[in-house]
Parts: sequence; C-alpha cells; structure tokens
Amino acid sequence: MDIVNINNNFDEEVINYKGICIVDFWATWCGPCKMFGPIFEKANEKYDNIKFCKLDVDENYECAKEFGVMSIPCIIIFKDGKEIKRNIGLIGEDELDNLLGDLNV
Amino acid sequence: MYDIIIIGAGPAGLTSSIYARQARKSVLILEKESYGGQILKADIVKNYPGFNEISGYEFATRLYNQAKELEPDIKFEEVVEIKNYDDYKEVITNKSVYKAKAVIIASGAKNRKLGLNNEDKLLGKGVSYCSTCDGMFFKDKEVAITGGGNNAVDDALYLSNICKKVYLIYRQKNFKFDSINLSKLKEKENVIFILDTNIIDIIGDEKLESVVVKENSTNKESTLNIDGLFIAIGHIPVSSMCDNIIDTDEKGCIISNEDCTTNIDGIFAAGDVRVKDVRQLTTATSDGTISAINACKYIESKLKKG
Repeated sequence: MDIVNINNNFDEEVINYKGICIVDFWATWCGPCKMFGPIFEKANEKYDNIKFCKLDVDENYECAKEFGVMSIPCIIIFKDGKEIKRNIGLIGEDELDNLLGDLNV
Repeated sequence: MYDIIIIGAGPAGLTSSIYARQARKSVLILEKESYGGQILKADIVKNYPGFNEISGYEFATRLYNQAKELEPDIKFEEVVEIKNYDDYKEVITNKSVYKAKAVIIASGAKNRKLGLNNEDKLLGKGVSYCSTCDGMFFKDKEVAITGGGNNAVDDALYLSNICKKVYLIYRQKNFKFDSINLSKLKEKENVIFILDTNIIDIIGDEKLESVVVKENSTNKESTLNIDGLFIAIGHIPVSSMCDNIIDTDEKGCIISNEDCTTNIDGIFAAGDVRVKDVRQLTTATSDGTISAINACKYIESKLKKG
C-alpha cells in the first residue's frame, strides 16, 4: 500500500482506522526529516499490516499542535486510533524496525 | 575482506570514501542512522568554498550521491566494536562482522546535554537540540537558547526571525568567536542576552514551562517563562565502540594529529570524533581526504612488506 498523505483528514485516516497506523510528522525545511523519508518508505514496503501515513506540519499545523508535536522528525504509532508509542528525532532502519517489531503485527 | 572500512557517513566519512574509491580501494561504509551527520541540521551553509550558500541537507545529499557514484558498499548498521589483529581489523556491527585492512573512524559527535532533570522528559515537549527542525513550532512564542559557540549564535539568529522573543543564555561573559551573525544578532530587538549565567533547572510537566537561571558573579537566581529551550552547547564524540583499543582524551575524542593516525597502525580517525581545535565542514572534509590517503599508503606499505 502507498503511504497516505494526510491532508485535513486525520480523523478519517488515523483516528477511525482499526489496526496499527504510523504517522511521520515532517516538514520540507527539516533536513533530518527528509533523511528519514526513504527509511520510512522502505519500512512501508516491509510491514504489510501497518498503515503508513505522512503529515506535513506546515499543511496541518493544528493537527501537529493537537498531538503536542514540537520536535520533528516525530513518528507516532496509533492502535485503533489511540496513541501507543512515539519517537522523536532521526532514527535509522534498525531502530524503526525495533519500534515496529515490538508491536507484534 | 575490504581494503578500507569507513565508520560514519557524514562529511568526513563520505569524503574518505571518495578518495579511497578513486585510489581503487574496496570500501565499506557503515552508518548507524542516515547519511549526512550534523550538517543536516544546518539551515544554510555559507562558508564552504565553492558554494555561496547551500542548505545542510542539500550539501549532504550531493556529497552522498557523489560518493555513491564511485560504488562503495554502504550498509546501515551500528558499529559496536573494533578488533585489531596482526594482518587485518575486524569491525563488529549489530548485525554482522566485517574485515578490512584499514579502518577510518568518522563516527562524528552527538549533542551535548545540559545534564539537568527533565531534560530528557521534555525533549520534544519544548526542549530541542535542533533549531532548524523545531523553530517553526515556536513561531511568535518566547524561547531561550543556550550556548556560546557559532552554532548557538547562528541558531539564535534563525530563531529571532521566527519567535517573538529569544533569550540567549551563555555561561561566559564573552562569546567564543566574533562573527557576522553575532553582530546581526546584537542588532535584533527581540533578542535578550543573558551572559555569565547558567541554566540550573528545567521546569515543566506535560510541557516546558520555564527555566531557572543563575548569574555566576552574583549567584542571583531568576525564572524565565518560555515555551521552548534550544540547547546548543556543543557535541560529544561518538567513540564508545572503539575506546577499549583506541586512545581517547578525557572527553572521549580520539587522540590523533593532522595526519589522522591513532595509536593503532591502520586505524585512522577523521572529523569531529578526533581531538581538534577547529570543527568545521571544511575541516571534516579535509580529515576525510587525509585519512583516506594515509589509509591507502598504509595498505600499500603492508603489501610491500608482504
């Protein structure tokens, strides 16, 4: 499945989604975020049972604010619409694997 | 067995790879996170020769692509140990073990922390180590930045264009270097300099609320209510994977001269991981160059000896 770009449809795509969903909060002006992009894409190809979404904080500032995102790159993992895990800062493939591997999906 | 294993894909490591591949050596680059290193956090680089200005991200990406064209092997794995044997070196990662004739350690440095309570807890909740990543979250808000080097000054200037008010807190009375950006910063009406002062406490529960500062000369304490705290007090070297066999100083920097050699023949250190006075993009790429050339010389001298 392609990565879903969230655009004012956060509730529909994430909150109302049954299952595990991971959201990458990023911005065009954030170097480490752009570096994380390909790592996130690779994980998307690997984990079929997880829904991968990206949220540009410039386009969805209110949403980032609602989730208290004040530092990017930031990924938040949701299960049935509820936050279960969050990671702040650039991580590599291995660390992302560790985060997702722990979820037993 | 590789000719050269390079640890780290920042400016020093990638430059090493370019030189080593041009010298027809087989190369494996091992990187824990992603290429680029600290320069990724730079909004704009204005002091790299040949570029009037370029973003840190673009610089890193160009360098990475340039290195990749010469086809080194690149693996994203974390190095945990290096072993030295008579004829070769062994580099152990979290996934595998690799052998090489020479090793270049270009593992760089990570952010130095203040070491205060709540610093980790409030990371991403008001506390940040990256102004260019997180400054926009504090648009029209009041923030503090602490540090006295060029990074702190540059970041304070960046933040002053976004935030309502910026407190620049530094423990010394004078900044480390004079710079164009420092004089620009002094002209900013929304920047307040708090010098000769340390941050002694970070306050906040769900998010950062304030910091307590103490003036060194008077011991006077006061509280600053802020939404964001940016910490730019330098870096600490990433050398724990080798400090059992490689000599380091009290800060953990690998002891090495301008020739990038270490106490072990065939193991070199390049960039911010080694002891050095000047830590700039230009000096990182310079180290990359020197370490690669000296690693090639080392390999060739071993060959002659047979």
